[in-house]
Amino acid sequence: MLGRQGRALMRQPIWIAILIVEPIVWITLFSQLFRRIVELPGFETDSYIQFLTPGIVVMAAFFSASWSGWNMLMDHDRGVLERFLATRVSRFAIVVSQVLRSSIIGVIKALLLVGIAHALGARVTAGFAGWLVLLLAAALISSVFAGISHTIALVVRSQDTLVAFVSFYALPLTFFSTSLIAEELMPVWMQWAARFNPVNWAVMAARETMSTTTDWSAIGFWLGLLVAGSVATALLATHAFRSYQRTL
Amino acid sequence: MNAIEVEALEKTYPKGIRALDGVSFAVCEGEVFGLLGPNGAGKSTTVKILATLTTADAGRAVVAGRDVRVDANAVRQVIGYVPQQSGVDREATGRENLTLQGRIQGRRGPALRRRVEELLERLDLTAAADRLVKTYSGGMKRRLDIGLGLVHDPAVVYLDEPTTGLDPEARVAMWAELERLVQEERLTVLLTTHYLEEAERLTDRLAIVSRGAVVVEGTPDALKSSLRGDAVTVELGERSAEAAAGIVAALAGVEEAQAHERVLRARVADGRKAVPEILSALEAGGIAVATVTVARPSLDDVYMRFTGRDFRAEDEAST
Ligand SMILES: Nc1ncnc2c1ncn2[C@@H]1O[C@H](COP(=O)(O)OP(=O)(O)OP(=O)(O)O)[C@@H](O)[C@H]1O
Ligand SMILES: [Mg+2]
Repeated sequence: MLGRQGRALMRQPIWIAILIVEPIVWITLFSQLFRRIVELPGFETDSYIQFLTPGIVVMAAFFSASWSGWNMLMDHDRGVLERFLATRVSRFAIVVSQVLRSSIIGVIKALLLVGIAHALGARVTAGFAGWLVLLLAAALISSVFAGISHTIALVVRSQDTLVAFVSFYALPLTFFSTSLIAEELMPVWMQWAARFNPVNWAVMAARETMSTTTDWSAIGFWLGLLVAGSVATALLATHAFRSYQRTL
Repeated sequence: MNAIEVEALEKTYPKGIRALDGVSFAVCEGEVFGLLGPNGAGKSTTVKILATLTTADAGRAVVAGRDVRVDANAVRQVIGYVPQQSGVDREATGRENLTLQGRIQGRRGPALRRRVEELLERLDLTAAADRLVKTYSGGMKRRLDIGLGLVHDPAVVYLDEPTTGLDPEARVAMWAELERLVQEERLTVLLTTHYLEEAERLTDRLAIVSRGAVVVEGTPDALKSSLRGDAVTVELGERSAEAAAGIVAALAGVEEAQAHERVLRARVADGRKAVPEILSALEAGGIAVATVTVARPSLDDVYMRFTGRDFRAEDEAST
């Protein structure tokens, strides 16, 4: 099942080109636009790239995973899902292969982004384990939002409505996190709200690996939350899939 | 043993759409069984229940000895399902489509590779095997759909309107293809169609379905014979139809004779026996005959007789 997803992607050269160019554009744009923001108090580093990279890694992963429900809808419209469902293939595999695909894309984007940031002078201070944490955070946040996206897709069963939902939540979730800005600079009520935002969990974990001192127990805590979130949204998506089956 | 047994299936979709209203039929092992009916008759709904995609509200369905509700996974293993709407993956090649489907069905390795090769060959897709499916013609796509249903050597295959949407030429080619496949693969087939011709050509037995229930069931020939007799049409040399009708109506074996200007129509028990008798009686009466035609009743007539509705009108009305 996963092989099918992989082949489909490799056949889209433009998709691959965008995959590579997008992080470059993001990094350069954001780091130029917000270059002087680090002069504000609250930032512990004086390089905005150093601060921004974890946030961008997470944003890239979470945005693209949010659209992943689209694939399921395509399979639904084209009768591919129905064909799979008349076989004994595990219902779980149908959902999980889609989620895994998103995680893999998230990891690839993360690798590219951190590589570019590295070339621009940003450093993963926590070493090899830090890289692993970064990639893991990207994989987990992708999985959380792939689950959410599939749940929405299977419930509303319309591409337009899925677009509306994702556009509605994507930016607010970014701003209710420390992706672009230090926690101290956020209004208190937003700081508070951010604690319930999976995007922020991922950013917090990722940022530890690039800060001057790495707090491994904090990383463990945030990653733990993300694992729990992934499991919860995967279950939610599986549940949505079951009720989708009942309406056939 | 019966490959498929369907007993009094009922299904109502949300909003009170009554799709099935007590469908019952049985398919023997090794036969091609047809469900013939106009749009919205409930053919696809029946097939979906048999394919474990949806469940009936009432009634029972057993495929190869397994109940579709109780033993869904066992049923999935023995059936091949070719849905009405094509389910091919357009972004993959024909070979990849078949291979993935085989894997999903639990086939692996060289055996699967051989099976895929064999099916590509049989479906006449070898040359296009490594092209993306989105470049296929409608007929090629439909053949691939059929291949996807056959890749795991299922005991029972459901073909839901295999030729709908094909142009007449491709349809005739598909019929030949299906006839060959049924032979080569020794399949038990449940075929749905709303083409009378298709049912007549491909099925051993068929059930006419209308508004969610089976109206009548039998071999195409038996159904047609159940309409009393054949229709004989005689075109006369001159306008003497009234007299001719009198002569013919008096013959044994003729149930009814009507005349209109130069044309005489008669319903007879057996066309082959009646025609020589009609001809010699007319000759004896001094009436010249231009042409004679004998027609067996068509499935159209059968449909009309058992539902009291015209098949084509019904089909168009609901599309
Ligand atoms: N998923 C569904 N939800 C609601 N109603 C449905 C659904 N599928 C079918 N129906 C309705 O059930 C009835 C029977 O439909 P079905 O698809 O079984 O007919 P069919 O004989 O296959 O017709 P066709 O020749 O058009 O394929 C129709 O009135 C149809 O509108
Ligand atoms: Mg149908």
